[in-house]
Amino acid sequence: MIHHRPIVRKLLFSILLPSLVLLGYSSFAQDGKALFQSNCASCHSPVKVVLGPALQGVTSRVPDKKLLHDWIHNNTKVLASGNAYFNQLYTQYNKTAMSTFPSLSDKEIDAILNYVETYKAPTATPEAGGGSAKPESDNTLLYGILTLILAIIMFVLLQVNSSLKKLSDDKEGIPAYEPVPFWRNKVYITFLVLVLFVLGGYWVVSGAIGLGRQQNYQPVQPIFYSHKVHAGINQISCLYCHSNAMDSKHATVPPLNVCMNCHAAINDYSKGPKLYREDGSEVDGTQEIQKLYSYTGYDPKTSTYNTANAKPVEWVKIHSLPDHVFFSHAQHTKAGKVQCQTCHGPIQEMDEVKQFAPLSMGWCVNCHRTTKVNFPDSAGNGGNKFYSVYEKFHQDLKNGTKDSITVRDIGGTDCQKCHY
Amino acid sequence: MSDKKYWQSFGERNNSEAFQKSTENEFNESFPLEGLDGKGLLDAKTPRRDFLKYLGFSTAAATLAASCEMPVRHVVPYLNKPENTIPGVADYYATTYTYGGDVVSLVAKVRDGRPIKLEGNTMSSITKGGTSARVQASVLDLYDTARLRFPVQIVDGKAQEVSTFEAFDKMVGEALAGLGGAPVVLLTGTLTSPTTKQAISEFLAKYPGSKHVQYDADSYSGLLLANEASYGKKAIPSYKFENAKVIVSLGADFLGTWLSPLEFSVGYAKNRKVDAKNPTMSKHYQFESMLSLTGANADARYTHRPSETGAVALALLAELGGSVTAPALPEKVKAGVRKAAKELSENKGKALVVSGSNDVNVQIIVNAINEAIGAGGTTVDWSSTIQTRQGIDSDMESLVADLNDGKVGALLVYNVNPAYDYYNAEKFKSGLAKTKVSVSFNDRIDETTELVKFALPAPHFLESWGDAEPKSGYYSFLQPTIAPLFKTRPLEETLLLWSGNKTSYHEYHKQYWISKLGSVENYEKALQDGVVEPAVPAAATGAPFNSSKLSEAASAVAGAKKGEGLEVVLYQSIGLGLGAQANNPWLQEFPDPITKSDWDNYAIVSPHFAKEHFNLDLSDRRQADGYEVYPKRYVIKLKVNGKELSLPCEIVPGTQNDTIAVAVGYGRQSAKAENTAVNIGRAVITVDGKTVGKNAFPLLAFNGTTVSWYSTGATVDFDKNAEMFEVARMQTHNGYEGRTEVVKEITLEEFTENRNTILDEREEELKPFGGVEKFEEQGTLYPTYDRPGMKWGMSIDLNTCFGCGACVVACHAENNVPVVGKSEVLRYHDMHWLRIDRYFSTPGGKLEDADDVQVVFQPMLCQHCDNAPCENVCPVNATNHSNEGLNQMAYNRCIGTRYCANNCPYKVRRFNWADYTGADSFPNNQDQSTVGVLDPSVHMMNDDLTRMVLNPDVVVRSRGVMEKCSFCVQRLQEGKLKAKKENRTLEDLKDIQTACQQACPTDAIVFGNANDSKALVSVTRAQNAQRLFHVIEEVHTLPNVSYLAKVRHADKIFGVEEEKAETTTAEKHS
Repeated sequence: MIHHRPIVRKLLFSILLPSLVLLGYSSFAQDGKALFQSNCASCHSPVKVVLGPALQGVTSRVPDKKLLHDWIHNNTKVLASGNAYFNQLYTQYNKTAMSTFPSLSDKEIDAILNYVETYKAPTATPEAGGGSAKPESDNTLLYGILTLILAIIMFVLLQVNSSLKKLSDDKEGIPAYEPVPFWRNKVYITFLVLVLFVLGGYWVVSGAIGLGRQQNYQPVQPIFYSHKVHAGINQISCLYCHSNAMDSKHATVPPLNVCMNCHAAINDYSKGPKLYREDGSEVDGTQEIQKLYSYTGYDPKTSTYNTANAKPVEWVKIHSLPDHVFFSHAQHTKAGKVQCQTCHGPIQEMDEVKQFAPLSMGWCVNCHRTTKVNFPDSAGNGGNKFYSVYEKFHQDLKNGTKDSITVRDIGGTDCQKCHY
Repeated sequence: MSDKKYWQSFGERNNSEAFQKSTENEFNESFPLEGLDGKGLLDAKTPRRDFLKYLGFSTAAATLAASCEMPVRHVVPYLNKPENTIPGVADYYATTYTYGGDVVSLVAKVRDGRPIKLEGNTMSSITKGGTSARVQASVLDLYDTARLRFPVQIVDGKAQEVSTFEAFDKMVGEALAGLGGAPVVLLTGTLTSPTTKQAISEFLAKYPGSKHVQYDADSYSGLLLANEASYGKKAIPSYKFENAKVIVSLGADFLGTWLSPLEFSVGYAKNRKVDAKNPTMSKHYQFESMLSLTGANADARYTHRPSETGAVALALLAELGGSVTAPALPEKVKAGVRKAAKELSENKGKALVVSGSNDVNVQIIVNAINEAIGAGGTTVDWSSTIQTRQGIDSDMESLVADLNDGKVGALLVYNVNPAYDYYNAEKFKSGLAKTKVSVSFNDRIDETTELVKFALPAPHFLESWGDAEPKSGYYSFLQPTIAPLFKTRPLEETLLLWSGNKTSYHEYHKQYWISKLGSVENYEKALQDGVVEPAVPAAATGAPFNSSKLSEAASAVAGAKKGEGLEVVLYQSIGLGLGAQANNPWLQEFPDPITKSDWDNYAIVSPHFAKEHFNLDLSDRRQADGYEVYPKRYVIKLKVNGKELSLPCEIVPGTQNDTIAVAVGYGRQSAKAENTAVNIGRAVITVDGKTVGKNAFPLLAFNGTTVSWYSTGATVDFDKNAEMFEVARMQTHNGYEGRTEVVKEITLEEFTENRNTILDEREEELKPFGGVEKFEEQGTLYPTYDRPGMKWGMSIDLNTCFGCGACVVACHAENNVPVVGKSEVLRYHDMHWLRIDRYFSTPGGKLEDADDVQVVFQPMLCQHCDNAPCENVCPVNATNHSNEGLNQMAYNRCIGTRYCANNCPYKVRRFNWADYTGADSFPNNQDQSTVGVLDPSVHMMNDDLTRMVLNPDVVVRSRGVMEKCSFCVQRLQEGKLKAKKENRTLEDLKDIQTACQQACPTDAIVFGNANDSKALVSVTRAQNAQRLFHVIEEVHTLPNVSYLAKVRHADKIFGVEEEKAETTTAEKHS
C-alpha cells in the first residue's frame, strides 16, 4: 500500500505536467508569443516598463503601421530621419539604442503586435509556495486505518473462535490444554518477527537507495533570485539566461553580464508581488538587486562598473548528477525537444528553486522507456533526419507494426548512453 | 601441441610448461597475506578474527560515510563570459608541435580553456593529419609538474626565484653589459621559425661578434655535408616515398625515427595499400644491424655489422655500375645487395635509397646511388628542402672548445640539453663553468639549466605564438590554446627586449606575417588553417650531381677500420627519442614496438649472443623459461671507447650477432640525484628512487667531422652471479591459449594468383558451421539480434599498420587510461586499452639467422564481439551489449570479479588493481604498502596540475573496476548528437572518428557504421573482402573488429610456410 503513493504521484505528474507544459508553452502557428519572447522580452514587457517602454497600446500610439514596422526593422534609420516621437522616446530612455530586427517579416511583426495588444497580465497570485503537487488526494491513511480495523476484527474473531472451540471441547469432554496466551504463542511471534523484518528491510533498502539523492533540495542562495518573477511573471525565456542549454551538455548558469543586460536599468523591485523566503520572512527585492550590483561592481548612480570589486556569484548547485553519469542538456532540449519543466518542474512558479525530480536512474530510465523519438511519420515527413538510419523502424512504421518509436527502441536504456 | 608459427616471446615460441602456467595464472605473485610465515591463518599478523573485525568496521564506516550529509556544491558562472565560448563544448585551434627540430601541424582540442587532446591537422600536406606517439603525448608535457614556474637565478646550484621579469632583465642586462665585448653565443636546436630567426638576428646585431649555433643531438650533419659535396647545397631534399616502387634503406629507420618519419610513413603507406583489383606494392629492402621499426616492416631484410654500413653502400653502388670496389661482405648480405641492385636498376626513376648513417662519406655514396637510379627529380625532390635538422656537429665541437678556452662571454641556451645529450657532456660542462654569463630558456631545471646562472623558462608550444617552416615554402603556425600556466616568457620576446625592441612577440609575429601574407585577413586565415602552403606543389626537381668527392669518399669508406669483436649501435626509441620528453609517463609506459618493454633502456642482443655469453639457448624449452617467463634480465657491463655502462639485456631475434643496440634518451638525472624528481620530473625515477634507464649518449663518438652512432671494439663483462635486473614488459603475459588464427599473411605473388586464398581458408574452416555466410546463425545456439540503426565496426589493415604506436598514446589521452608505473607493469597490471601485438616468425622456428625474421604488428583492442564471452559471465550484468553493437562496460556497476577478463579470448580487458587515478574516495587506498608502493609517476599523474589533461567526458575509474576499449563511445555520442542537432544523417570522418583512427598517420584503422553500405568501414570491408578476417573467428565471438590480412612483397612467409609444412607432415602421418 505504501507503494501506491509514489506511483499515484508519478502518474498524476506524468499526466499533469505535460498538460501544464502544453498549456503554458505551446501556442501555435505564427506564434506572436514565442516571437515576442525570443526577440523582445529581454527589454520589453507588454504592460510594464522594462529596459524599453511597455508595448501595449503601441499601435494606437503609433498609428502608422509602416512607420512602426520600419522602427522595428531598423530603428536607427527612423531616428536618423528625425521622427519626433521616436527621438523623444529615445532620449526618454537614456538614449539606449534598441536592437535592430531586419530579419523579422511584416507578418511576424504583426503577430507580435497582436500578441502585445491582446496580452492580459496574469492576475498575480501573492501567496508563495503554492506548489503544483497539491491535487493528489492521499489515501494511505484511509487504507491504513481500514487495515488496522480489519486486523483487529480478525484478531477478535480468532479469539472468539478459539474460545468457542474451547467451550465445545469442554462440552464434548475432550481434554483441553491450557491455552497459550497470544504474546507467547510462537505462531504469532514468528508472524510478528516476519512482518517487522519485511518492514525493516523495506525501510533500509528504500533508505539506502535514497542515499545521495536530493529531491526537494532547496538551498538558500547568495542572492534571492526568483524564477517566478523572471520566468513566470515577466515571461523571460529560459534560454535567454540559460543560453547554452541547446548547444552544450551544461545549460549553464548565466554569467553576470547577462543579468546586467536588464538590471542595468531595473534597479528596484516594487511592482511585483511580495516575495517570501521558505521560512516566511519577506524579501526586499530591491536589496537583492543591490547584491547583484555589488557582485558586478556596478554603480547605478554613475552607471559605471568597477571591475576590481567584481566577483562571480557562488550559487549553490542544486541539480547534481554523480560523476559517472554523462548528461547532456543539448541532447534533451535540442535533439529530444524536451521542455525544461519536464525535469525541472514548474520552475516558473518557484521563487527559490528546488530540485523537482529525484534524478535517479529509475526516473531517467522510465522516461526513456516511454518518450517517443522525433521520428518521421509513416509517410516519412517531419522528424529529425538523423533517424533515417533506422531503416527497419521506418519499415515497421509504414507497415503499422509499430505506431511510434520510443527512446528505448533506439537504445536509450543501454548503459553506455549515459555511463562512459 | 606444436610450436607456434607466430610468437610474441621465446616462451610462447617454445610453449613450455612454465610459460603455459604463467599465462594461465592470473596472478604473477602470491597473495599478499602479511606475515604469514608458513604459520596457520590464526597466528598470522592479520588472522581471521581481525579480518572479520575490519570487515565489520569498514562496512559500518562506509555506511556512515555514505549516509553523511551530501556535500554542498557550488556553481560559479563567468562574471563576463567571453564571446563564442560555450562551457562544455570543445573549441579547436590549429597549432604546431615543435620539439627539437620536429614540426607537426596539429589541431588542439580545448575544453573549457584546457587543451586536452591533440589531433593532426589534415590541411598539412606534409603529415596529412597524422600524428606520432610523441606528438600525442606532448599535451601532457604542458601540465608537467616539474616545469620551471618562474624566472630564477641559480646560485651554488640552488634556484632562487626572481620576483619580476624586470628584475631578471636588469640582472642579465647588467651581466651582459659587463662582458666587455666578449661574444655572446645563442645555442639552440634546429629552428625553423622565420620570426624566431628574425628576432635572433636582431639580437645578434646588437651584440657584435656574437653568433647563433644550432645543435641537434641527433644530428644529420653527415647528410647535410654530403649534400653540400654532391649538390652544392647544405640542405636535405624531400624524399618522396610515395613515388618509390623500390626502397632500399641502409639503416635508416624512416618509419620510426629518421628525419621526418610521419611524412615518410604517409608516403610509404601509399604503396603498401593493396588494391584487390590490381594488387601492386612497393618492394622494401632494409640493411641494418638491429631490428628497427622500419626493418620490421621491410619485405626483405639483411643484417650486417654497424661498421659495414659504408661497405654495403659501396657494394650497392658497385652493383649498379659505379666504378668503385667494395670491401668484403658476408655472402648473404652480398646476395641481398645484388638482389636489391637488380630491382633498383629495373625501376630507375621509381626507386629510392636512404641511409641513416651520420657519416659524410657514406652519404656521398648514397647520393651517387640515387643518382645512378635516377632518383633525382622523382623520389628525391630538391624543389622543397627539409629544414628540421640543420645542426652541424663541428660547429658544436668548436663551440665547446671555445667555451673551454674562455672565448665565449655569454652562453644562452634554448631547448637543448647538451649537458645530458652531448657525446662529451663533461667537456661541455667544464666549458660552461668557465663562461661568465649563462642563461637557459629551457622549460625545467634540467641537466644543463642547473649549471647556468640564470634561467627564464619559455612557454610550452601550446601556450605560445609562433611559426615553423619544416620544409621550405611550407609554413605551420602556432597559436596559444591556453593562457600561460606559469610565469614564462617566449625566447623571442626576451631577445627582442634585450636588443632594445619592446614589441611583444605576439605583435611582432602578427606584423611579420601580415606584411608577408599581405593582409590581416590572410594572417587570420593562416592562424585558423594552421598552415600556409604553396597552392600548387612544385614539381619534383633534381639537382646537378657533382661526383668529384665520390672517389675520395669511396676510398675512405673502403679503407675504414674493419669491425671486430662486438659493436655497439645507438638508436632512438620510438617513444622517448632523444629524451626531451622523458618526464612524460605516457611515453615512458608506451611499450617499444619491437621489444614490447617499457620504463627502461637495455642492451638489445641477439639469441646468438645469449648463447655465447650467457650460455642460454633460447630454443631449449627449459632454458628459455628462465629468461622469458620472468622479468629478470642478465646485466652486462658494456665497455666501449673507454666508457662503461651496466645494462640489462633484452634478447631480440633479428639482431645481428655481433651487435649490441642501446637506446638513448634514458637515464635523465640531476647533478645531485635527489633533485631529479623535483627538477626533471617524477616520471624519470622509479619507485626506489633510481633513474629510469641509463644514459647512453656518452657512448656516442666524434670521428673528426661528425658524431658517429656506432662504435667498434666493444667488450662485455658478464658475471652470472651478479644481481639481475627486472625489465617491465607488456603483452607477453597474455596469450590465445593456442587458438589460431590470430594473424593472416599472404605473399603478393600468391594473392595476385589467387585472390581468394584467405577467403577459401576461412570458408574451409567454418564449413561445418554454415560457412562464412551463415556462420553467425548456424555457429551458435543463441538467437541472433537486430541492430536496427547503427552497428559500429572497425577495420584494421595489417598492411599499413607499421606499429608506430600513435594510436596507443592517443587512446591513453582520449580515455583517461591510467599510468601504472614500472612496478605495476612488472606485475602485468598494465592498463592499455589498445595494444599493438608484435609477432615474430622465423623459418622452421629457428633463431640462428638474424636475417630471417618476419614481424607482424597487430593492433589489438576490445573486439566488441556480438557474441561476447565476457558478457555471459558477469554476475552483475556490468558488461553487456548495446543495440549499436558495442560491448559496453558500466564501471559503476562492476564489482570486480574479473570473470570477464578471464573469459575474454583476446585478453583486452584491464583491471584497476590499485587506485591509479586517485578516483577513490578513501585516499589511503593509494597506499599499497602491503602489496607494493606505486611509482612516483602514478602520483605525478594524480597531481591537480596533471589532471587538467583528463577528458571531462570520460570518467576516471577507481580501484576494483574492470575497463576496456569503448570504441570511444563519448565520441560516438557526441557525433550522433551533432548530426541530430543539425537535423541530418551521420557523416563518416566528419562526425565520428575513434581516437586511434584519427591518430593513425597511414589510415590503417577505419571505423564507422557497418550497417550503412556507404560508410567507409563497409566500403573498405567490401573492397577487401578477400583479405578480411577475424581473429580466432572459429570460436564464434563475432567480433565487430575485422582485420585485413598482411600482404608481403616477399618470396615466402615463414609463418605460412611453417603451417604448410605442418599440414604435410600431418597428412603423411595419417
